[in-house]
Amino acid sequence: MSSGVGYNDQTGAETAVEAGQETTPTTSSSGAAFGLFSSDFKKNEDLKEMLESNKESLKLEAMKRVVGLISKGKNASELFPAVVKNVASKNIELKKLVYVYLVRYAEEQQDLALLSISTFQRALKDPNQFIRASALRVLSSIRVPIIVPIMMLAIKEAATDLSPYVRKTSAHAIQKLYSLDPDQKEQLIEVIEKLLKDKSTLVAGSVVVAFEEVCPDRIDLIHKNYRKLCNLLVDVEEWGQVVIISMLTRYARTQFTSPWKEDAVFDENNEKTFYDSDSEEKKVPTEAKPYMMDPDHRLLLRNTKPLLQSRNTAVVMSVAQLYWHLAPKHEVSVVTKSLVRLLRSHREVQYIVLQNIATMSIQRKGMFEPYMKSFYVRSTDPTHIKTLKLEILTNLANEANISTILREFQTYVKSQDKTFAAATIQAIGRCATNISEVTDTCLNGLVLLLSNRDETVVAESVVVIKKLLQTQPTQHSEIIKHMAKLFDNITVPMARASILWLMGEYCDRVPKIAPDVLRKMAKTFTTEEDIVKLQTVNLAAKLYLTNSKQTKLLTQYILNLGKYDQNYDIRDRTRFIRQLIVPSEKSGALNKYARRILLAPKPAPVLESAFKDRDRFQLGTLSHSLNVKASGYQELSDWPAVAPDPSVRNVEVIEPVKEWAPSLGKAKQPKSDAKFYSDDEEKEEEGSERSSSSSSEDDSSSSSSSKGLAAKYHFPRQPCLYQPSMVSVQVILTNNSDHVLEEIHIGERSPAGLNVHCFNTIERLEPGASVTVSMGVDFSDSTQAANFQLCTKEDQFGVSIQPAVGELLMPFTMTEADFNREQSEI
Amino acid sequence: MIHSLFLINASGDIFLEKHWKSVVSRSVCDYFFEAQERASEPENVPPVIPTPHHYLISVLRHRIYFVAVIQSEVPPLFVIEFLHRVVDTFQDYFGVCTEAAIKDNVVVVYELLEEMLDNGFPLATESNILKELIKPPTILRTMVNTITGSTNVGEQLPTGQLSVVPWRRTGVKYTNNEAYFDVVEEIDVIIDKSGSTITAEIQGVIDACVKLTGMPDLTLSFMNPRLLDDVSFHPCVRFKRWEAERILSFIPPDGNFRLLSYHVSSQNLVAIPVYVKHNITFREGSSQGRFDLTLGPKQTMGKVVESVLVSSQLPRGVLNANLNPSQGTYTFDPVTKLLSWDVGKINPQKLPSLKGTMSLQAGASKPDENPTFNIQFKIQQMAISGLKVNRLDMYGEKYKPFKGIKYMTKAGKFQVRT
Repeated sequence: MSSGVGYNDQTGAETAVEAGQETTPTTSSSGAAFGLFSSDFKKNEDLKEMLESNKESLKLEAMKRVVGLISKGKNASELFPAVVKNVASKNIELKKLVYVYLVRYAEEQQDLALLSISTFQRALKDPNQFIRASALRVLSSIRVPIIVPIMMLAIKEAATDLSPYVRKTSAHAIQKLYSLDPDQKEQLIEVIEKLLKDKSTLVAGSVVVAFEEVCPDRIDLIHKNYRKLCNLLVDVEEWGQVVIISMLTRYARTQFTSPWKEDAVFDENNEKTFYDSDSEEKKVPTEAKPYMMDPDHRLLLRNTKPLLQSRNTAVVMSVAQLYWHLAPKHEVSVVTKSLVRLLRSHREVQYIVLQNIATMSIQRKGMFEPYMKSFYVRSTDPTHIKTLKLEILTNLANEANISTILREFQTYVKSQDKTFAAATIQAIGRCATNISEVTDTCLNGLVLLLSNRDETVVAESVVVIKKLLQTQPTQHSEIIKHMAKLFDNITVPMARASILWLMGEYCDRVPKIAPDVLRKMAKTFTTEEDIVKLQTVNLAAKLYLTNSKQTKLLTQYILNLGKYDQNYDIRDRTRFIRQLIVPSEKSGALNKYARRILLAPKPAPVLESAFKDRDRFQLGTLSHSLNVKASGYQELSDWPAVAPDPSVRNVEVIEPVKEWAPSLGKAKQPKSDAKFYSDDEEKEEEGSERSSSSSSEDDSSSSSSSKGLAAKYHFPRQPCLYQPSMVSVQVILTNNSDHVLEEIHIGERSPAGLNVHCFNTIERLEPGASVTVSMGVDFSDSTQAANFQLCTKEDQFGVSIQPAVGELLMPFTMTEADFNREQSEI
Repeated sequence: MIHSLFLINASGDIFLEKHWKSVVSRSVCDYFFEAQERASEPENVPPVIPTPHHYLISVLRHRIYFVAVIQSEVPPLFVIEFLHRVVDTFQDYFGVCTEAAIKDNVVVVYELLEEMLDNGFPLATESNILKELIKPPTILRTMVNTITGSTNVGEQLPTGQLSVVPWRRTGVKYTNNEAYFDVVEEIDVIIDKSGSTITAEIQGVIDACVKLTGMPDLTLSFMNPRLLDDVSFHPCVRFKRWEAERILSFIPPDGNFRLLSYHVSSQNLVAIPVYVKHNITFREGSSQGRFDLTLGPKQTMGKVVESVLVSSQLPRGVLNANLNPSQGTYTFDPVTKLLSWDVGKINPQKLPSLKGTMSLQAGASKPDENPTFNIQFKIQQMAISGLKVNRLDMYGEKYKPFKGIKYMTKAGKFQVRT
């Protein structure tokens, strides 16, 4: 695109130089920016002229350059007055770019921004739904507190708009208004409540986002919409699916009882069921047990399962976490395959998925064991992926597969990536402690690694061996001796410290070597790292207690060195140890216990996964990924002991719309492609079977159709927008023919004086498509039928709408007392 | 949800920023730069970075970091997936996704980002819808626009947004109606030192390029659908039909899209199309190492293995390599120690080999790790799993489309340990 790069070409600079001289004082507001970016300022001056010119193309050119400036993060706010004038431009691209600018700078220039508001207010009434929606989008994005009431009105109006697209936009606007002015919360909740009832798949995702942002604790708003959301889920756009699923997860945890009956035994039965996980889906295994799963609970699980096949990794992950948190233990394994599939995706996706698998694999080895090979490390993986895979492999290790895993680990230890090699050694250590059969093999392997050339590998091995020896110190004095021999060649502080600690701890097993090590340390004490010094002091103290004859002087010497060390930790430790072990008058009672304090048997460290306690967070969340509670994280509550009343989810039956005027034309039944995925009708039927039938929302609905154009109308029982005396009627026009119908509008009406607010002419209706329009009809409070012509380009049909009495009345709330009083007056 | 987006190039310059809510200062990226410094390789930057007030979630593609700024809890995959979609869209619009392309088209980029997110929540990510909103820049259109003053921006709500087939735009017209399907399979293998296979998996995708008029309804069936173990679909595929009949039935989006990706069940034995013979030795004490590598075809059903490329990260101790390829060319970068050998085709009669010596640092001890070989190759007209499309039918439109199906096998992560 030629215009995008225009701002640094010759002409711009030249005109700017001319203009630059005279205009410095006018723009004091952003003087700071000028000082820094004087060249920008010159160019901006030229922009201003272009924006004020009356040539459309020049303005557009200028706006493109302004957007270029914004994208670079440069300040273009001084152009605000010039830009805002163009907000009402006819050129749609120019207008859009002005919107971009306005949203970016309105907060800084609130007064000037107000000038644009009336344009948006006008656009909100535009017949084109797209223009209405984008006007609302921009209006709500302008963060100027003064227009909050205007925004509120606009949102309320848009929430009842006929176009689902506009309603979707209004759901987005709710969050924007909430973040601008949280005081509006109550009113916004009302709008959310209204929008939650919306049946459009387009709206569902967005309104749930608004719900999560504004009032995530108002779980009561969900009850009535729960089944609808479950049933709509497959047809909602993918991003909406993610938020709805995570909201429903939270919801389900508060409303249903736990399907995990005997937690203690699940481990073995999950292993069994794993292999026939595919067949097990069909029968409902929970029925035999006394625990009965709430049908709504089952509905959620069943309706989310197909989404595991989504191409969107976020959707797959959210279904996986839903199953993890909500499904009976033996059903969770259906998600395994899909999660493993995600490992083929981008690196960043792998990272998150592996983190979640790591957490899952701690509790449920069986789930991922058959896919163990998918977690084998490749030399081309980035380090953080490698370590995660290692983590998972370690979690999966058991008696049966340990030899395979250890063989694999052997390759990893030789990896060129030394941090990874070190992590592998840690992993070997963990396998060794977890599986007692291989402890000795692992230990021997690690001892061999001590002669490795790479320092980090050796150091890590020492640290791990130390931990392993602690778990079973009895038979391993050989290894301790071996390590003492290596001591001179090891320079990594952590490893040196570990060896010193081992010497001290097991000094009774190496009585000859330990004092010698101490002797060496005394020589190098001053040059050691702090951690090594601390362990030297410890070693000295322990030897002093067990073998004071040989080491008394050495200990004294080291304690003296420590006394004057630069590090206060070491000085502190030295002072403490001296008082503890060297008897003196002042040392008092503690001295007697020195032996018991220093040589107490110490519990062996438990080598466990870093993902051990990650399961406190909901899987798939940011908090889980960071292992820190992120702001705005919603705790997943525990299952309630007793399920709250399930009848709150019952909804009034919506009677299937009856077609009492049979289609006259060749009206072809549209094939099932109208509804993707959700062509399983039985779901909806089930939903309605369960629900108690009370008064229905649209009880009188009827339809007429001819020449393939079908019209169904019903009374939404909402106050009419157009005139108070009118009754609002919603008409669903469906094109059942195989050709496009054009220019659908209302023609002649009878009685002649009939007051009808027509819908806007529908330009095109594709075969199979349908559109909902609303109109207002003034029945003059009579049950006389209103007759009018419904016209297409070629044809016209007579339509007659006869209202039931109830439709002509307005609902009115009053207290019982009021009612009685009014009644008595009749 | 997503607050802001910063685009950062390889040299650490922020060259584009976009805010969907209030402006976040670009100084927030300093935390990212810190993490970048800590990471040894560009790929090692952690995808999620916490900062005191925000969270940074980034993806790296085409050597550009796309860094999203998040303020509160949101599933990280949601953001990552979205960022990848952004990259895909850019690639779709501009052909490439490079810093230069983005800078040249900054206005279109901005318009796209504006449409893709509203208040940080994805609004339109479907390429067919976006293309109706903002037409991709082409030379011709740019010229026409300059002359006539028309714009790239659509005035109407894309019909797809409201319909039940949001991925397809309406009013599609072509003079030549054609539908092409590419079955591409990738084979992931790890082969150990002794030549035995540790893991082998086949992953496949079916990419389609459909240019059909109107609202065609396609069905595609396989000879052997049982091979497909785990599948993920484009939203257009009717899941129930697949569940019941193992037939792909769908109204396709217009243009290029990925219809299906699948995993071939692991019960089937995987035929590995190439074998590698290697002998790499370093002798203790000498500053020389021997290098000997031979490739050969195996189980290729008579098809030629082509575009073969072998690459390997040699141990750090190797100073230089003096090798002699029997065919193709090789390069060795003494700084990164990366060896790469562009072999070309494998001729079964005369197997390609690479032989010679490596010089080591004088006096240094012999490296104790052995290199891993990564092998890339392509085999045309063959799907290694044996998957075959049975037939492709079109309903709903009257014309006769031209149909084509192509098979290809590629090496995915094909690694040989030595």
